Amino acid sequence: MNHRLTDGGQVMHVSTLARVEGEGAMHIELRDGRVTDVQLRIYEPPRFYEAFLRGRAWTEPPDITARICGICPVAYQMSACWAIEDACGVSVPEAIRLMRRLLYCGEWIESHALHVFLLHAPDFLGYDGAIDLAADHPSVVEIGLRLKKAGNQLMTVVGGRSIHPINVRVGGFHRMPLTSELRALRPVLEQAREDALATVRLVSGFDFPEMEQPYEYVALRPEAGYPIEEGRVVTSEGNGFEVRDFPAHIDEFQVPHSHALHARLDGGARGPYVVGPLARYTLNHDRLGDLAAEAAREAGLGAVCRNPFRSIVVRAVELVEAVSEALRIIDGWSDGVPPSVPVPPCAGEGFGASEAPRGILFHRYVLDDDGTIRDAQIVPPTSQNQAGVEADLRALVETWVDLDDHALQHRCEHAIRNYDPCISCATHFLDLTVDRS
Amino acid sequence: MTKPKLAVWKFASCDGCQLTLLNCEDELIPLAGEVEIAYFPEATRAVVEGPYDVSLVEGSITTPADLERIQHVRAASRRLITIGACATSGGIQALRNFADVEEFRSVVYAHPEYVETLDRSTPIAAHVAVDFELRGCPIDRHQLLEVLAAEIQGRRPRISSHSVCFECKRRGNVCVTVAHGTPCLGPVTQAGCGALCPAYDRGCYGCFGPQDTPNATSLSARLRVDGMDETQVLQVFRTFNAASEVFLRASEQAASNRDAEEVER
Repeated sequence: MNHRLTDGGQVMHVSTLARVEGEGAMHIELRDGRVTDVQLRIYEPPRFYEAFLRGRAWTEPPDITARICGICPVAYQMSACWAIEDACGVSVPEAIRLMRRLLYCGEWIESHALHVFLLHAPDFLGYDGAIDLAADHPSVVEIGLRLKKAGNQLMTVVGGRSIHPINVRVGGFHRMPLTSELRALRPVLEQAREDALATVRLVSGFDFPEMEQPYEYVALRPEAGYPIEEGRVVTSEGNGFEVRDFPAHIDEFQVPHSHALHARLDGGARGPYVVGPLARYTLNHDRLGDLAAEAAREAGLGAVCRNPFRSIVVRAVELVEAVSEALRIIDGWSDGVPPSVPVPPCAGEGFGASEAPRGILFHRYVLDDDGTIRDAQIVPPTSQNQAGVEADLRALVETWVDLDDHALQHRCEHAIRNYDPCISCATHFLDLTVDRS
Repeated sequence: MTKPKLAVWKFASCDGCQLTLLNCEDELIPLAGEVEIAYFPEATRAVVEGPYDVSLVEGSITTPADLERIQHVRAASRRLITIGACATSGGIQALRNFADVEEFRSVVYAHPEYVETLDRSTPIAAHVAVDFELRGCPIDRHQLLEVLAAEIQGRRPRISSHSVCFECKRRGNVCVTVAHGTPCLGPVTQAGCGALCPAYDRGCYGCFGPQDTPNATSLSARLRVDGMDETQVLQVFRTFNAASEVFLRASEQAASNRDAEEVER
């Protein structure tokens, strides 16, 4: 909906953003070619996960927080496990970390394929959605669905099912998948590797609007490999910190137009920060495996990517990386690994973070000595990216103010989808304080 | 013959149940040949005006605005099918229903004036007539396809309402309770998942909600034998279908047992 104001201003409003996960709206006001207000309005009903977690057992967050998001439940399960294990002073063996990474690869494949092909590609190719796209370009949608299915199959073998997997527990897994079950996935993943490479070739040929954004990028960086299931926090300005110091560097605040808290890094002195594929790639491209690194070079990504519209290319490169990693882990796997280690409850505070498909997902828990959760804090990627999305919209509207309303609105929606916003994730956590007086 | 118009609506939820539709990778394009996907914002910008032949509704009612919106959805839908634990029982959001009597009694926001929310999370059927309820947190992909096929063919969907135990036997799982003393909600939980948790060496945690003839009192006794204390019994019934009547009564019974134990002490 677009309308003119009596004072000559102009309002552009999209009341239901399509092809995003969850419910949001966009509201932009213009006067004399200048943007006077930009709001990514997140009106998805608030969901009180942090409050629900209080009083629950230390073993429950993997199952409970998975329900924050149907698209990236593994991210919640992994960050929750790391945080609880941290609070209890337990570190899991390398084999369990690897199996977590394998499950997480499945989620990246499923989530990135969903976004690249079903949610984002239609913007570049001029369609309303993937069903219309499939009518004209069936082979493109077939690649996407096949990739997505491969990710879901991997999650199903390791996690039991792809939405809200049941096999994750604090300390590891309920049952380790058998080598024979994992190896049976090889043909599917080999096809997926070809499909992922084809995806990079496809999306690198799209037309990208010119745009360079100066945000501080924030991502995890593990001791080795590309960041997926763990790592310490690094930033493009060299302001890295340990996961346990996340609350000291990132603070959240409520704004009237969003049911999701906004976040700022170090008080916001250096402007908005951004998490997600662009940040991960820019800070860790040296960690990509050979195949993904080669695909990134051929796609012309360079060492730094600052155009949000090119995030689709990075997601495609990450698809290659996730499939390659999955194959590597499966090939190196042997049976006989205990599925979990004991995590006896312990009074304390624990911190955990992992790279959800959309960026860093942070969890913090405070436990009583019997393991009862006293406090919980969850900072999902989409809420952290809200300020970046709004700054992109502001820059974009002022640059393309001469486009007609319809074209400008579509480009703004496209710009929001660059971030693959998961509004359901972002809205679970209005800051709650308990008044016990 | 014109294709039936399908709409997909979201209320308070995680998106997982509507994602299940997009996870029908082999069936999605053929399905789009059988039905007109008329309203599905997660998948397409295109909006075809109602009325709709079939509406799939995900999520529970938790805000004053959604109390209104569900009435409009009902009025615009010839058939309305709720999908998932949130829509059929209030879901995990129904944990707020206990807030007044338990620990988060005085929960306040930093700025409560920005947020409108109800103090209870309720299923869709508490507000409008529902033609079919598909259970699960999340729903099962095969069951969703069966429901859609039944709608297209104008028949009742074949969805079992017996317990997870049947599926365990069919799958050849060893009973985790009998063999290992693992607490399991399988006997009172509706089938549909394929007895997933026992197949992965854990007890069922009830994400499909109560089956049609559950005996939760008897199961609660067994859970205590298997080592759960009253708090654990309370919590195992109070997750993703906490407001389903049978699970609600079981958790309230555990709460009152716990209070009695505390008084004794």
